[in-house]
Amino acid sequence: MSTESKTITLNMGPQHPSTHGVLRVILELDGETVVKAEPVLGYLHTGIEKTMESKLYYKALPCTDRMDYLAPMSNNLGYSLAVEKLMDIEVPEKVKWARVCLAELTRVNSHLVWLGTHALDIGAMSMLLYTFRDRESIIDVYEACGGQRMMTSYIRIGGLAHDLPVDFDKRVRNIIKQVENGLEDYETLLTNNEIFINRTKDVAVISAEDAINWSLTGPMLRGSGIKHDLRKANPYTGYENFDFEVCVGKKGDAYDRYVLRVEEIRQSLRIMKQALDGMPEGPYLAHVPGVVLPPKEDVLYKMESMIFHFKIITEGFKSPKGAVYQALESPKGEIGFYINSDGTNKPNRVRVRPPSMINLGSLPKLVEGRMFSDVITAIGSIDIVLGEVDR
Amino acid sequence: MESKLREFFNTNFKDSLVKEETFRGDLSFFVKAEDLYAVCEALLDSHELQVKLLADITSVDWLHTDEEKDGRFEVVYNLYSIPNQFRFFIKVRLSGDDPKVKTVTDLWAGANWMEREVWDLMGIEFVGHPNLTKILTADELDGHPLRKDFPLTWEQPKFTWNQNDPPEVIK
Repeated sequence: MSTESKTITLNMGPQHPSTHGVLRVILELDGETVVKAEPVLGYLHTGIEKTMESKLYYKALPCTDRMDYLAPMSNNLGYSLAVEKLMDIEVPEKVKWARVCLAELTRVNSHLVWLGTHALDIGAMSMLLYTFRDRESIIDVYEACGGQRMMTSYIRIGGLAHDLPVDFDKRVRNIIKQVENGLEDYETLLTNNEIFINRTKDVAVISAEDAINWSLTGPMLRGSGIKHDLRKANPYTGYENFDFEVCVGKKGDAYDRYVLRVEEIRQSLRIMKQALDGMPEGPYLAHVPGVVLPPKEDVLYKMESMIFHFKIITEGFKSPKGAVYQALESPKGEIGFYINSDGTNKPNRVRVRPPSMINLGSLPKLVEGRMFSDVITAIGSIDIVLGEVDR
Repeated sequence: MESKLREFFNTNFKDSLVKEETFRGDLSFFVKAEDLYAVCEALLDSHELQVKLLADITSVDWLHTDEEKDGRFEVVYNLYSIPNQFRFFIKVRLSGDDPKVKTVTDLWAGANWMEREVWDLMGIEFVGHPNLTKILTADELDGHPLRKDFPLTWEQPKFTWNQNDPPEVIK
Protein backbone atom coordinates (compact mmCIF):
# COMPACT_ATOMS: atom_id res chain seq x y z
CA MET A 1 0.00 0.00 0.00
CA SER A 2 1.29 3.41 -0.88
CA THR A 3 2.01 5.78 2.00
CA GLU A 4 1.83 8.80 -0.23
CA SER A 5 -0.62 11.37 1.17
CA LYS A 6 -3.40 12.64 -1.02
CA THR A 7 -5.25 15.89 -0.68
CA ILE A 8 -8.93 16.40 -1.30
CA THR A 9 -10.62 19.52 -2.57
CA LEU A 10 -13.59 20.77 -0.62
CA ASN A 11 -15.93 23.47 -1.78
CA MET A 12 -17.18 25.66 1.05
CA GLY A 13 -20.01 28.00 0.17
CA PRO A 14 -21.32 30.13 -1.49
CA GLN A 15 -24.38 29.07 0.51
CA HIS A 16 -22.87 28.38 3.89
CA PRO A 17 -24.18 29.88 7.13
CA SER A 18 -20.82 30.91 8.51
CA THR A 19 -19.55 32.69 5.42
CA HIS A 20 -21.80 35.66 6.28
CA GLY A 21 -23.30 35.88 2.85
CA VAL A 22 -22.18 34.37 -0.41
CA LEU A 23 -18.47 33.81 0.00
CA ARG A 24 -17.06 30.68 -1.56
CA VAL A 25 -13.77 29.17 -0.47
CA ILE A 26 -12.09 26.34 -2.34
CA LEU A 27 -10.14 24.39 0.23
CA GLU A 28 -7.48 21.82 -0.41
CA LEU A 29 -7.35 19.53 2.60
CA ASP A 30 -4.79 17.02 3.75
CA GLY A 31 -6.79 15.14 6.33
CA GLU A 32 -8.04 17.95 8.49
CA THR A 33 -5.23 20.37 7.67
CA VAL A 34 -5.78 23.12 5.14
CA VAL A 35 -3.10 23.04 2.46
CA LYS A 36 -4.51 25.76 0.26
CA ALA A 37 -7.45 28.10 0.55
CA GLU A 38 -8.75 30.14 -2.34
CA PRO A 39 -11.60 32.57 -1.75
CA VAL A 40 -13.89 33.13 -4.73
CA LEU A 41 -15.80 36.40 -4.79
CA GLY A 42 -18.28 38.15 -6.98
CA TYR A 43 -21.56 36.38 -6.31
CA LEU A 44 -23.02 39.65 -5.08
CA HIS A 45 -21.32 41.97 -7.56
CA THR A 46 -23.81 44.66 -8.52
CA GLY A 47 -21.54 47.26 -10.08
CA ILE A 48 -22.15 49.94 -7.48
CA GLU A 49 -19.12 51.96 -8.58
CA LYS A 50 -20.35 52.04 -12.18
CA THR A 51 -23.84 52.99 -11.00
CA MET A 52 -22.48 55.85 -8.94
CA GLU A 53 -20.62 57.22 -11.96
CA SER A 54 -23.86 57.54 -13.86
CA LYS A 55 -25.66 59.54 -11.19
CA LEU A 56 -25.62 63.09 -9.92
CA TYR A 57 -23.59 63.56 -6.74
CA TYR A 58 -26.72 63.62 -4.59
CA LYS A 59 -28.32 60.62 -6.16
CA ALA A 60 -25.25 58.43 -5.75
CA LEU A 61 -25.50 58.68 -1.98
CA PRO A 62 -28.09 55.90 -1.43
CA CYS A 63 -25.74 53.48 -3.21
CA THR A 64 -23.27 53.79 -0.37
CA ASP A 65 -25.34 52.32 2.45
CA ARG A 66 -26.22 49.35 0.30
CA MET A 67 -22.61 48.18 0.41
CA ASP A 68 -21.87 47.69 4.07
CA TYR A 69 -25.43 47.38 5.30
CA LEU A 70 -24.33 46.81 8.89
CA ALA A 71 -22.61 50.19 9.02
CA PRO A 72 -24.73 52.43 6.77
CA MET A 73 -23.95 55.69 8.55
CA SER A 74 -20.17 55.24 8.19
CA ASN A 75 -20.54 54.81 4.46
CA ASN A 76 -22.86 57.81 4.13
CA LEU A 77 -20.42 59.83 6.16
CA GLY A 78 -17.45 58.78 4.03
CA TYR A 79 -19.14 59.71 0.77
CA SER A 80 -20.53 62.98 2.14
CA LEU A 81 -17.14 63.99 3.51
CA ALA A 82 -15.49 63.19 0.19
CA VAL A 83 -17.96 65.31 -1.78
CA GLU A 84 -17.67 68.08 0.81
CA LYS A 85 -13.91 67.96 0.41
CA LEU A 86 -14.28 68.15 -3.37
CA MET A 87 -16.70 71.09 -3.17
CA ASP A 88 -14.85 72.70 -0.26
CA ILE A 89 -17.89 72.88 2.03
CA GLU A 90 -17.61 73.60 5.74
CA VAL A 91 -20.46 72.08 7.76
CA PRO A 92 -21.98 73.58 10.96
CA GLU A 93 -20.69 72.47 14.37
CA LYS A 94 -23.88 70.66 15.28
CA VAL A 95 -23.61 68.49 12.18
CA LYS A 96 -20.09 67.45 13.12
CA TRP A 97 -21.10 66.42 16.62
CA ALA A 98 -24.21 64.61 15.44
CA ARG A 99 -22.16 62.80 12.80
CA VAL A 100 -19.61 61.64 15.35
CA CYS A 101 -22.43 60.36 17.55
CA LEU A 102 -24.09 58.53 14.65
CA ALA A 103 -20.82 57.08 13.37
CA GLU A 104 -20.06 55.65 16.80
CA LEU A 105 -23.60 54.33 17.12
CA THR A 106 -22.96 52.56 13.84
CA ARG A 107 -19.71 51.12 15.14
CA VAL A 108 -21.54 49.68 18.14
CA ASN A 109 -24.21 48.30 15.82
CA SER A 110 -21.68 46.63 13.53
CA HIS A 111 -19.56 45.24 16.36
CA LEU A 112 -22.64 43.84 18.11
CA VAL A 113 -23.70 41.98 15.00
CA TRP A 114 -20.13 40.77 14.56
CA LEU A 115 -19.99 39.57 18.16
CA GLY A 116 -23.27 37.69 17.86
CA THR A 117 -22.52 36.00 14.55
CA HIS A 118 -18.89 35.25 15.36
CA ALA A 119 -19.88 33.58 18.63
CA LEU A 120 -22.66 31.72 16.82
CA ASP A 121 -20.18 30.41 14.26
CA ILE A 122 -18.06 28.86 16.95
CA GLY A 123 -20.88 27.43 18.97
CA ALA A 124 -22.20 30.02 21.42
CA MET A 125 -25.72 30.42 20.13
CA SER A 126 -27.21 32.52 22.91
CA MET A 127 -24.90 35.45 22.13
CA LEU A 128 -26.73 36.15 18.90
CA LEU A 129 -30.03 36.60 20.71
CA TYR A 130 -28.56 39.01 23.25
CA THR A 131 -26.61 41.15 20.83
CA PHE A 132 -29.52 41.40 18.41
CA ARG A 133 -31.73 42.53 21.28
CA ASP A 134 -29.36 45.44 21.93
CA ARG A 135 -28.89 46.14 18.25
CA GLU A 136 -32.65 46.45 17.85
CA SER A 137 -32.72 49.66 19.88
CA ILE A 138 -29.95 51.13 17.70
CA ILE A 139 -31.95 50.27 14.60
CA ASP A 140 -34.93 52.02 16.20
CA VAL A 141 -32.85 55.19 16.48
CA TYR A 142 -31.96 54.87 12.79
CA GLU A 143 -35.64 54.64 12.03
CA ALA A 144 -36.38 57.74 14.10
CA CYS A 145 -33.60 59.63 12.28
CA GLY A 146 -33.86 58.65 8.65
CA GLY A 147 -37.15 56.78 8.45
CA GLN A 148 -35.44 53.53 7.46
CA ARG A 149 -34.07 50.82 9.65
CA MET A 150 -31.02 49.82 7.63
CA MET A 151 -30.51 51.87 4.48
CA THR A 152 -30.67 55.17 6.28
CA SER A 153 -29.09 57.68 3.84
CA TYR A 154 -29.44 60.07 6.75
CA ILE A 155 -26.07 61.79 6.52
CA ARG A 156 -26.22 63.93 3.39
CA ILE A 157 -23.84 66.18 1.52
CA GLY A 158 -23.51 69.31 3.64
CA GLY A 159 -25.30 68.04 6.72
CA LEU A 160 -28.14 65.72 7.62
CA ALA A 161 -31.40 64.83 5.90
CA HIS A 162 -33.53 66.21 8.74
CA ASP A 163 -32.90 67.60 12.15
CA LEU A 164 -32.18 65.03 14.85
CA PRO A 165 -35.38 63.55 16.34
CA VAL A 166 -36.59 65.29 19.52
CA ASP A 167 -35.94 62.34 21.82
CA PHE A 168 -32.55 61.51 20.23
CA ASP A 169 -30.60 62.36 23.37
CA LYS A 170 -32.82 60.25 25.63
CA ARG A 171 -32.84 57.29 23.27
CA VAL A 172 -29.09 57.22 22.78
CA ARG A 173 -28.46 57.54 26.51
CA ASN A 174 -30.74 54.55 27.04
CA ILE A 175 -28.76 52.61 24.46
CA ILE A 176 -25.49 53.50 26.16
CA LYS A 177 -26.84 52.18 29.45
CA GLN A 178 -28.28 49.07 27.84
CA VAL A 179 -25.11 48.18 25.92
CA GLU A 180 -22.92 48.87 28.96
CA ASN A 181 -24.96 46.37 30.97
CA GLY A 182 -25.05 43.99 28.04
CA LEU A 183 -21.27 44.03 27.62
CA GLU A 184 -20.82 42.70 31.13
CA ASP A 185 -23.06 39.75 30.28
CA TYR A 186 -21.24 39.09 27.01
CA GLU A 187 -17.88 39.10 28.69
CA THR A 188 -19.14 36.74 31.40
CA LEU A 189 -20.31 34.42 28.66
CA LEU A 190 -17.23 34.54 26.44
CA THR A 191 -14.03 36.01 27.87
CA ASN A 192 -13.24 33.15 30.24
CA ASN A 193 -15.26 30.53 28.42
CA GLU A 194 -12.97 27.59 27.84
CA ILE A 195 -14.59 26.48 24.60
CA PHE A 196 -14.41 29.99 23.18
CA ILE A 197 -10.77 30.38 24.22
CA ASN A 198 -9.80 27.06 22.69
CA ARG A 199 -11.48 27.96 19.45
CA THR A 200 -9.95 31.44 19.17
CA LYS A 201 -6.61 31.64 20.97
CA ASP A 202 -3.61 31.23 18.66
CA VAL A 203 -5.98 30.83 15.73
CA ALA A 204 -5.82 32.98 12.60
CA VAL A 205 -2.63 34.66 13.77
CA ILE A 206 -1.06 37.42 11.71
CA SER A 207 2.08 39.26 12.73
CA ALA A 208 2.37 43.04 12.69
CA GLU A 209 4.72 42.98 9.72
CA ASP A 210 2.47 40.71 7.69
CA ALA A 211 -0.58 42.74 8.60
CA ILE A 212 0.94 45.83 7.02
CA ASN A 213 2.23 43.89 4.05
CA TRP A 214 -1.27 42.53 3.40
CA SER A 215 -2.70 46.09 3.59
CA LEU A 216 -4.93 45.23 6.56
CA THR A 217 -6.66 48.03 8.41
CA GLY A 218 -8.99 48.49 11.33
CA PRO A 219 -9.29 45.87 14.07
CA MET A 220 -7.27 43.40 11.96
CA LEU A 221 -4.26 45.74 12.03
CA ARG A 222 -4.71 46.89 15.62
CA GLY A 223 -5.14 43.30 16.77
CA SER A 224 -1.54 42.70 15.70
CA GLY A 225 -0.31 45.47 17.97
CA ILE A 226 -0.08 48.46 15.63
CA LYS A 227 -1.58 51.56 17.10
CA HIS A 228 -3.16 53.06 14.02
CA ASP A 229 -6.59 54.60 14.03
CA LEU A 230 -7.62 57.19 11.47
CA ARG A 231 -9.80 58.91 14.06
CA LYS A 232 -6.58 59.81 15.89
CA ALA A 233 -4.09 59.87 13.03
CA ASN A 234 -6.01 62.02 10.52
CA PRO A 235 -9.06 63.28 12.44
CA TYR A 236 -12.13 64.03 10.37
CA THR A 237 -15.51 65.55 11.26
CA GLY A 238 -14.19 66.84 14.59
CA TYR A 239 -12.81 63.67 16.19
CA GLU A 240 -9.90 65.70 17.54
CA ASN A 241 -12.27 67.13 20.20
CA PHE A 242 -13.02 63.74 21.71
CA ASP A 243 -11.19 61.85 24.36
CA PHE A 244 -10.82 58.13 23.73
CA GLU A 245 -8.22 55.39 23.66
CA VAL A 246 -7.00 53.44 20.65
CA CYS A 247 -7.02 49.80 21.72
CA VAL A 248 -4.43 47.35 20.45
CA GLY A 249 -3.94 43.61 20.71
CA LYS A 250 -0.70 41.73 21.24
CA LYS A 251 -0.48 38.52 19.30
CA GLY A 252 -2.87 39.19 16.45
CA ASP A 253 -5.00 36.10 16.96
CA ALA A 254 -8.78 35.81 16.85
CA TYR A 255 -9.07 36.12 20.62
CA ASP A 256 -7.14 39.40 20.65
CA ARG A 257 -9.44 40.77 18.00
CA TYR A 258 -12.44 39.77 20.10
CA VAL A 259 -11.08 41.57 23.17
CA LEU A 260 -10.20 44.56 21.04
CA ARG A 261 -13.61 44.89 19.44
CA VAL A 262 -15.39 44.64 22.79
CA GLU A 263 -13.09 47.36 24.09
CA GLU A 264 -13.85 49.44 21.00
CA ILE A 265 -17.55 49.25 21.82
CA ARG A 266 -16.72 50.68 25.26
CA GLN A 267 -14.70 53.51 23.71
CA SER A 268 -17.51 54.23 21.28
CA LEU A 269 -19.96 54.53 24.15
CA ARG A 270 -17.54 56.95 25.77
CA ILE A 271 -17.39 59.07 22.62
CA MET A 272 -21.18 59.00 22.28
CA LYS A 273 -21.58 60.31 25.84
CA GLN A 274 -19.20 63.18 25.11
CA ALA A 275 -20.99 63.93 21.86
CA LEU A 276 -24.37 64.07 23.57
CA ASP A 277 -23.09 66.23 26.44
CA GLY A 278 -21.45 68.72 24.13
CA MET A 279 -23.99 68.73 21.27
CA PRO A 280 -24.30 72.40 20.22
CA GLU A 281 -27.45 74.01 18.90
CA GLY A 282 -27.59 75.23 15.35
CA PRO A 283 -28.63 74.43 11.80
CA TYR A 284 -28.45 70.85 10.56
CA LEU A 285 -27.35 71.83 7.04
CA ALA A 286 -24.59 74.00 5.67
CA HIS A 287 -25.75 77.10 3.82
CA VAL A 288 -24.18 76.78 0.39
CA PRO A 289 -26.77 77.84 -2.19
CA GLY A 290 -26.76 75.76 -5.33
CA VAL A 291 -24.75 72.91 -3.86
CA VAL A 292 -26.35 71.84 -0.59
CA LEU A 293 -30.07 71.12 -0.68
CA PRO A 294 -32.00 73.77 1.28
CA PRO A 295 -33.91 72.59 4.38
CA LYS A 296 -37.27 71.11 3.49
CA GLU A 297 -39.17 73.62 5.67
CA ASP A 298 -37.77 76.47 3.59
CA VAL A 299 -38.54 74.81 0.28
CA LEU A 300 -42.25 75.07 0.96
CA TYR A 301 -42.25 78.74 1.94
CA LYS A 302 -39.30 80.50 0.30
CA MET A 303 -39.02 81.02 -3.42
CA GLU A 304 -35.19 80.94 -3.64
CA SER A 305 -35.03 77.72 -1.67
CA MET A 306 -37.55 76.14 -3.97
CA ILE A 307 -35.62 77.19 -7.05
CA PHE A 308 -32.38 75.79 -5.67
CA HIS A 309 -34.09 72.60 -4.59
CA PHE A 310 -35.47 72.13 -8.09
CA LYS A 311 -32.15 72.98 -9.73
CA ILE A 312 -30.08 70.64 -7.54
CA ILE A 313 -32.45 67.74 -8.00
CA THR A 314 -32.73 68.09 -11.76
CA GLU A 315 -29.27 69.15 -12.93
CA GLY A 316 -27.11 68.86 -9.84
CA PHE A 317 -24.06 71.01 -9.33
CA LYS A 318 -20.82 71.29 -11.25
CA SER A 319 -17.75 70.17 -9.37
CA PRO A 320 -14.21 71.48 -9.83
CA LYS A 321 -11.85 69.27 -11.77
CA GLY A 322 -9.64 67.09 -9.61
CA ALA A 323 -9.47 64.01 -7.46
CA VAL A 324 -10.05 63.73 -3.73
CA TYR A 325 -9.72 60.84 -1.34
CA GLN A 326 -11.40 60.75 2.01
CA ALA A 327 -10.69 57.87 4.35
CA LEU A 328 -12.39 57.13 7.60
CA GLU A 329 -12.25 54.48 10.25
CA SER A 330 -15.32 52.35 9.65
CA PRO A 331 -16.05 49.44 12.00
CA LYS A 332 -14.32 47.10 9.56
CA GLY A 333 -11.28 49.18 8.75
CA GLU A 334 -10.35 52.05 6.53
CA ILE A 335 -13.19 52.84 4.15
CA GLY A 336 -12.12 55.35 1.57
CA PHE A 337 -13.93 57.21 -1.18
CA TYR A 338 -11.80 58.27 -4.13
CA ILE A 339 -13.82 60.67 -6.23
CA ASN A 340 -12.38 61.74 -9.54
CA SER A 341 -14.18 64.64 -11.12
CA ASP A 342 -13.87 65.86 -14.70
CA GLY A 343 -15.72 69.10 -14.06
CA THR A 344 -19.24 67.93 -14.89
CA ASN A 345 -22.21 67.31 -12.62
CA LYS A 346 -21.46 63.61 -12.33
CA PRO A 347 -18.35 61.98 -10.90
CA ASN A 348 -15.99 60.59 -13.52
CA ARG A 349 -14.98 57.77 -11.23
CA VAL A 350 -15.94 56.77 -7.71
CA ARG A 351 -13.76 54.18 -6.09
CA VAL A 352 -14.68 52.74 -2.75
CA ARG A 353 -11.79 51.25 -0.85
CA PRO A 354 -13.54 48.24 0.62
CA PRO A 355 -12.03 47.41 4.02
CA SER A 356 -13.55 43.97 4.37
CA MET A 357 -12.53 42.87 0.88
CA ILE A 358 -8.92 43.87 1.39
CA ASN A 359 -8.91 42.28 4.86
CA LEU A 360 -10.43 39.12 3.40
CA GLY A 361 -7.48 38.92 0.99
CA SER A 362 -5.37 37.72 3.90
CA LEU A 363 -7.59 34.66 4.50
CA PRO A 364 -5.19 32.19 2.79
CA LYS A 365 -2.37 33.55 4.94
CA LEU A 366 -4.46 33.08 8.09
CA VAL A 367 -5.63 29.52 7.51
CA GLU A 368 -3.04 27.70 5.41
CA GLY A 369 -1.36 25.03 7.47
CA ARG A 370 -4.05 25.17 10.14
CA MET A 371 -7.01 22.96 10.99
CA PHE A 372 -10.16 23.01 8.88
CA SER A 373 -12.37 24.25 11.71
CA ASP A 374 -10.14 27.32 12.07
CA VAL A 375 -11.35 28.56 8.68
CA ILE A 376 -14.72 29.38 10.26
CA THR A 377 -13.03 31.28 13.09
CA ALA A 378 -10.80 33.13 10.66
CA ILE A 379 -13.65 34.25 8.39
CA GLY A 380 -15.62 35.34 11.44
CA SER A 381 -12.79 37.26 13.01
CA ILE A 382 -12.01 39.19 9.81
CA ASP A 383 -15.56 40.61 10.00
CA ILE A 384 -16.73 40.71 6.42
CA VAL A 385 -19.91 41.94 4.81
CA LEU A 386 -20.29 40.49 1.35
CA GLY A 387 -22.30 43.44 0.12
CA GLU A 388 -19.16 45.48 0.48
CA VAL A 389 -16.68 42.81 -0.62
CA ASP A 390 -18.40 42.39 -3.98
CA ARG A 391 -20.05 45.79 -4.40
CA MET B 1 6.68 64.94 5.18
CA GLU B 2 5.83 66.73 1.91
CA SER B 3 9.29 68.25 1.69
CA LYS B 4 10.91 64.90 2.48
CA LEU B 5 8.94 63.29 -0.34
CA ARG B 6 9.90 66.04 -2.76
CA GLU B 7 13.51 65.61 -1.78
CA PHE B 8 13.19 61.86 -2.27
CA PHE B 9 11.89 62.33 -5.79
CA ASN B 10 14.38 65.05 -6.64
CA THR B 11 17.43 63.09 -5.56
CA ASN B 12 16.51 59.60 -6.78
CA PHE B 13 13.87 59.91 -9.47
CA LYS B 14 14.25 63.30 -11.08
CA ASP B 15 13.73 61.91 -14.57
CA SER B 16 10.87 59.61 -13.65
CA LEU B 17 8.72 62.30 -12.12
CA VAL B 18 6.31 63.76 -14.68
CA LYS B 19 4.52 66.24 -12.45
CA GLU B 20 3.40 66.88 -8.92
CA GLU B 21 -0.10 67.95 -7.99
CA THR B 22 -1.87 69.07 -4.84
CA PHE B 23 -5.63 69.29 -4.81
CA ARG B 24 -7.54 69.93 -1.56
CA GLY B 25 -4.53 68.79 0.42
CA ASP B 26 -4.10 65.48 -1.40
CA LEU B 27 -0.56 65.21 -2.74
CA SER B 28 -0.01 63.15 -5.89
CA PHE B 29 3.09 62.37 -7.89
CA PHE B 30 2.75 61.38 -11.52
CA VAL B 31 5.57 59.05 -12.51
CA LYS B 32 6.48 57.31 -15.75
CA ALA B 33 4.89 53.88 -15.97
CA GLU B 34 8.18 52.09 -16.64
CA ASP B 35 9.74 53.47 -13.45
CA LEU B 36 6.78 52.76 -11.17
CA TYR B 37 8.17 49.57 -9.70
CA ALA B 38 11.53 51.15 -8.93
CA VAL B 39 9.84 54.09 -7.22
CA CYS B 40 7.68 51.79 -5.09
CA GLU B 41 10.66 49.64 -4.17
CA ALA B 42 12.71 52.66 -3.13
CA LEU B 43 9.82 54.05 -1.09
CA LEU B 44 9.38 50.76 0.70
CA ASP B 45 13.10 50.56 1.48
CA SER B 46 13.39 54.12 2.72
CA HIS B 47 13.90 54.19 6.49
CA GLU B 48 13.20 57.86 6.66
CA LEU B 49 9.86 57.90 4.89
CA GLN B 50 8.46 54.66 6.40
CA VAL B 51 5.92 54.14 3.63
CA LYS B 52 4.86 50.57 4.33
CA LEU B 53 1.11 50.46 3.84
CA LEU B 54 -0.33 50.23 0.35
CA ALA B 55 -3.87 51.31 1.12
CA ASP B 56 -5.38 50.88 -2.31
CA ILE B 57 -4.84 50.54 -6.05
CA THR B 58 -7.46 51.97 -8.34
CA SER B 59 -7.84 53.25 -11.85
CA VAL B 60 -9.53 55.98 -13.84
CA ASP B 61 -10.69 56.02 -17.45
CA TRP B 62 -10.35 59.42 -19.13
CA LEU B 63 -12.06 58.48 -22.40
CA HIS B 64 -13.62 61.44 -24.28
CA THR B 65 -12.22 64.07 -21.94
CA ASP B 66 -9.44 66.55 -22.60
CA GLU B 67 -7.21 64.60 -20.22
CA GLU B 68 -7.11 61.75 -22.71
CA LYS B 69 -4.13 63.23 -24.57
CA ASP B 70 -1.77 62.23 -21.71
CA GLY B 71 -2.97 58.66 -21.84
CA ARG B 72 -6.42 57.20 -21.50
CA PHE B 73 -5.96 55.27 -18.28
CA GLU B 74 -4.65 56.34 -14.93
CA VAL B 75 -3.60 53.90 -12.23
CA VAL B 76 -3.63 55.34 -8.72
CA TYR B 77 -1.49 53.90 -5.93
CA ASN B 78 -2.68 55.07 -2.54
CA LEU B 79 0.21 54.92 -0.06
CA TYR B 80 0.23 55.61 3.63
CA SER B 81 2.98 56.05 6.16
CA ILE B 82 1.79 54.92 9.58
CA PRO B 83 4.52 56.55 11.73
CA ASN B 84 4.24 59.85 9.85
CA GLN B 85 0.44 59.64 9.57
CA PHE B 86 0.70 60.82 6.01
CA ARG B 87 -1.09 59.77 2.84
CA PHE B 88 -0.04 60.47 -0.73
CA PHE B 89 -0.71 59.11 -4.18
CA ILE B 90 1.44 57.83 -6.98
CA LYS B 91 -0.23 57.95 -10.36
CA VAL B 92 0.78 56.59 -13.73
CA ARG B 93 -0.80 57.31 -17.08
CA LEU B 94 -1.19 54.50 -19.59
CA SER B 95 -2.14 54.50 -23.24
CA GLY B 96 -5.54 53.28 -24.33
CA ASP B 97 -4.31 50.69 -26.81
CA ASP B 98 -2.27 48.45 -24.59
CA PRO B 99 -2.44 49.47 -20.93
CA LYS B 100 0.31 47.67 -19.06
CA VAL B 101 2.25 48.28 -15.89
CA LYS B 102 4.55 46.14 -13.79
CA THR B 103 2.96 44.41 -10.82
CA VAL B 104 3.85 45.35 -7.24
CA THR B 105 2.64 42.07 -5.72
CA ASP B 106 6.16 41.05 -4.73
CA LEU B 107 6.51 44.26 -2.72
CA TRP B 108 3.07 44.18 -1.10
CA ALA B 109 1.15 40.93 -0.75
CA GLY B 110 -2.06 42.91 -0.38
CA ALA B 111 -1.71 44.23 -3.94
CA ASN B 112 -2.76 40.86 -5.31
CA TRP B 113 -6.52 41.32 -5.10
CA MET B 114 -6.40 45.04 -5.77
CA GLU B 115 -4.61 44.46 -9.07
CA ARG B 116 -6.95 41.63 -9.96
CA GLU B 117 -9.88 43.96 -9.40
CA VAL B 118 -8.38 46.68 -11.58
CA TRP B 119 -7.70 44.10 -14.30
CA ASP B 120 -11.22 42.71 -14.06
CA LEU B 121 -13.09 46.00 -14.04
CA MET B 122 -10.80 48.28 -16.06
CA GLY B 123 -8.72 45.92 -18.16
CA ILE B 124 -5.27 47.13 -17.19
CA GLU B 125 -2.67 44.40 -17.35
CA PHE B 126 -0.22 43.99 -14.49
CA VAL B 127 2.84 42.34 -15.94
CA GLY B 128 4.22 39.57 -13.74
CA HIS B 129 1.13 39.16 -11.57
CA PRO B 130 0.97 35.57 -10.27
CA ASN B 131 -2.75 35.06 -10.88
CA LEU B 132 -4.27 37.77 -13.01
CA THR B 133 -7.82 36.42 -13.35
CA LYS B 134 -11.35 37.70 -12.94
CA ILE B 135 -12.32 38.43 -9.38
CA LEU B 136 -15.70 40.16 -9.28
CA THR B 137 -17.50 39.79 -12.60
CA ALA B 138 -19.06 36.61 -13.97
CA ASP B 139 -16.84 34.28 -15.96
CA GLU B 140 -19.04 34.65 -19.06
CA LEU B 141 -18.83 38.45 -19.12
CA ASP B 142 -16.73 39.87 -21.91
CA GLY B 143 -15.11 43.24 -21.47
CA HIS B 144 -14.27 45.42 -18.53
CA PRO B 145 -17.32 47.12 -16.99
CA LEU B 146 -15.72 50.24 -15.54
CA ARG B 147 -14.44 51.40 -18.92
CA LYS B 148 -16.39 54.35 -20.20
CA ASP B 149 -17.25 52.61 -23.47
CA PHE B 150 -18.90 49.73 -21.63
CA PRO B 151 -22.64 50.46 -21.61
CA LEU B 152 -24.25 50.90 -18.23
CA THR B 153 -27.27 48.77 -19.04
CA TRP B 154 -25.45 46.02 -20.90
CA GLU B 155 -26.86 42.71 -19.79
CA GLN B 156 -24.81 39.61 -20.00
CA PRO B 157 -25.02 36.54 -19.83
CA LYS B 158 -27.10 34.78 -22.41
CA PHE B 159 -30.69 35.51 -21.50
CA THR B 160 -30.46 39.17 -22.37
CA TRP B 161 -33.00 40.85 -24.61
CA ASN B 162 -30.55 43.36 -25.99
CA GLN B 163 -27.56 41.18 -26.71
CA ASN B 164 -27.36 42.04 -30.39
CA ASP B 165 -28.45 45.58 -29.92
CA PRO B 166 -26.64 47.15 -26.97
CA PRO B 167 -28.03 50.53 -25.96
CA GLU B 168 -25.98 53.72 -26.08
CA VAL B 169 -23.81 54.56 -23.10
CA ILE B 170 -25.97 56.51 -20.69
CA LYS B 171 -24.11 59.73 -20.10
